[in-house]
Amino acid sequence: MHPILKLVSQRLALGILLLLGASALIFGLTEALPGDAAQAVLGQSATAESLANLREEMGLNRPALTRYFEWLGGIFQGDLGQSLTNKLDISESIGKRLGNTLFLACVAAVVSVPLAIFLGLLAVRFRNRWPDKLISAVTLTTVSVPEFLIGYILIYFISVKLGWFSSLAIINSSMSLGQKLYAVALPAFVLTLVVLAQMMRMTRAAILNLMQSAYIETAELKGLSTFQVIARHAFPNAISPIVNVVMLNLAYLVVGVVVVEVVFVYPGMGQYLVDAVTKRDVPVVLACGVVFAAVYIGLNMVADIVSILANPRLRHPK
Amino acid sequence: MNEQLTHMSKQVTAGKLTRREFMGKAAALGVSAAMASTMFADAARAAGPVKGGTMKIGMLGGESTNTLDPAVAATQVPGMVLRLYGEQIVDVTAEGEIDYRLAESVEGSADAKTWNFKVRPGVEFQNGKTVTAQDFLRTVERHANEDSKSGALGVLKGIKSMKAEGDVFTVEMENPTADLPYLMADWHLVVQPDGGFDNPNAGIGTGPYIIEVDEPGVRHTFKKNPNYWDDSLGHVDEVEVLVINDATARMAALQSGQVHMVNSVDPKVASLLERAPNLEIKSVSGRAHYVFPMHTNTAPFDNNDLRLALKYAVNREEMVEKILRGFGSVGNDIPVNESYPLFDNTIEQRKYDPEKAAEHYKKSGHDGSPIVLYVSDAAFAGAVDAAQLFQQSAAAAGINLQIERTPSDGYWSEVWNNKPFCASYWSGRPVQDQMYTTAYLSSADWNDTRFNDPEFDKLLFEARGELNVEKRVELYSKMARIIRDKGGLIAPMFNDFVDGVSTQVQGYKNDPNGFLMYSWAPIKCWLDA
Repeated sequence: MHPILKLVSQRLALGILLLLGASALIFGLTEALPGDAAQAVLGQSATAESLANLREEMGLNRPALTRYFEWLGGIFQGDLGQSLTNKLDISESIGKRLGNTLFLACVAAVVSVPLAIFLGLLAVRFRNRWPDKLISAVTLTTVSVPEFLIGYILIYFISVKLGWFSSLAIINSSMSLGQKLYAVALPAFVLTLVVLAQMMRMTRAAILNLMQSAYIETAELKGLSTFQVIARHAFPNAISPIVNVVMLNLAYLVVGVVVVEVVFVYPGMGQYLVDAVTKRDVPVVLACGVVFAAVYIGLNMVADIVSILANPRLRHPK
Repeated sequence: MNEQLTHMSKQVTAGKLTRREFMGKAAALGVSAAMASTMFADAARAAGPVKGGTMKIGMLGGESTNTLDPAVAATQVPGMVLRLYGEQIVDVTAEGEIDYRLAESVEGSADAKTWNFKVRPGVEFQNGKTVTAQDFLRTVERHANEDSKSGALGVLKGIKSMKAEGDVFTVEMENPTADLPYLMADWHLVVQPDGGFDNPNAGIGTGPYIIEVDEPGVRHTFKKNPNYWDDSLGHVDEVEVLVINDATARMAALQSGQVHMVNSVDPKVASLLERAPNLEIKSVSGRAHYVFPMHTNTAPFDNNDLRLALKYAVNREEMVEKILRGFGSVGNDIPVNESYPLFDNTIEQRKYDPEKAAEHYKKSGHDGSPIVLYVSDAAFAGAVDAAQLFQQSAAAAGINLQIERTPSDGYWSEVWNNKPFCASYWSGRPVQDQMYTTAYLSSADWNDTRFNDPEFDKLLFEARGELNVEKRVELYSKMARIIRDKGGLIAPMFNDFVDGVSTQVQGYKNDPNGFLMYSWAPIKCWLDA
């Protein structure tokens, strides 16, 4: 078998094992939280009688292990089950939510990744001169301010005062692509500001590191322009660390944006998960947890594989 | 100038002048914006409702776990959704009277035990079926039977039998119940075809709007029900309820005109928002109150002197001023106030009195160990701050309160009704009987003060069967005094419902029963053309 194929299949198998472990952990922790779904749903209006009735209906009287393995059995048949609280099909609800989350993540990534890399290259080209310092100062400032604050500031000036963009990023399937892009403009902008700095700094550092190498000197002596040297000769060798940091940030864009979702009332996975945890809706929590874990594990795997492909020494092991 | 203004008002009434034009012309005449705004609203109301448009509402209190089942609705958004798609047999008006919805009339027997509800003829469900007495019967059955998980289960206890004959639905109670129509007005009791037994989540009712999109925790959209029986209601063509749980996002949406109204305006920002030109803050005093319940059967709270000491140690005025920012009124350690019918407002108001508190504290013989108060902001907005104020004012009387902050998550299952002293809230009930029965009767499910006073219970049952109004007032007054002087309830404040409404919205009237005109706002209000 080709070593790369072997590596990929090994990674995949490991990833699935990791997912199983994560699901067991999530189930155990959700069960350990005080209260159960019946109590959470009825809240202040619970009575002993109505609690017992609702528990019976939700099947919460059965042992925890039975419920976990039932859920696991469903998963292998591609069935995520039903929500305990609103009886909706989880695959369907998650599908919509995940679609929304991925849409926002994509918009933010399409803007931020090329921009970060370009800014990184630019910073190297003008290192220690004002463009470099300006880029670093601005991106470090935006990454240091909490994202909800950036969100509120943008809402106040751009939507309340100027009225250019909507402060509510509620999107739905009946909207056209243009309308959706318009609706998510502000949250995508906030996310871009949040993830820009790390990727840009990593690009800059990785390339600066290579700029000391002898082959770069050769390229310079050949008479290539500085930007060509950076883009053609230094960048390909810096891909591995850059891809790693890009993947980490992409994972963040999918799994870590609950605060931005709340501020802009965006119907994504984060809000869905938080609601499910508060209501102890274990099947939904499990489904969300597994999706998040899969995204995380998957993106990290991609980063590893790309690193290997980008490195001839790893690509052709002896 | 007056003549010109009158003329302009008439033009508004005739629909010839828009709000913008009116305000502009009024400003030119030197009329202040606030005054012009009021004049416009009066003129517009005289013109009668404008039909059409889409009313957008941004609301706190919706989760992605919500359902359309009326029985398990607990928060504000499901409450609003129910109001839009369904109706109860009867309801309560803003004035506290019975509002006949699906029942045309209600008749009680002389002993107040048997009640007949006559079905309004010709009303159709949104699936085309005609509403019958059988639907009434099945609905109440589903909420009251032993499998019920309904929020109305508690108030429906004591039903002996029910039957449906022709167009009359009859309820027979075990004991006299003068307020039975009010019990039937509980907001969970939305009439569904066959009581919703086959599918409680169907979202089929008789309400003025039909559900179009139902995305729990995100948005709910509705279109006008063309067959709705009551022509005086439902002016806009479409209603859109957007779930915006984040307070800042909700206010921004109102300010930037993306929604026409919001519920639950934070008192901290209400006075700032009032200055914005395109919106108004509506503050309605009602029956909701913030409380600190003590378990009267658990030491040290089983000692009435200690309870009185704590009651005197609360600075009520300060709490209304600092926690509610004036959007509320002081409480008197009674769970009811003057917004209830038959309330005796001659009961003396309890005031902050550190000396009396110290006196009772000494008499109680408490050993001086700290008294633990469990609190979380889940109890009510500003509960932790309120507890700190309580701690300070109690310290002045030599009482050592210890605040135990708990997580918001799980507060209602772990702390409230479990710990002997905590913070909580009540949204109130339409009548005194219901409020007392819900939480102060010794056998009540939600007796969060573990109150057990045989005399109080006896008076409560007596008042239920008493049809003479004066005698009932007297009975309720006695009960209020018992709770105030012996009960485990510290009720320092009654909080107002604070809504934010765009000036585009006309027809808004205060309703003490709940937020956004008791959720009637999208149905009773209309939008400026």
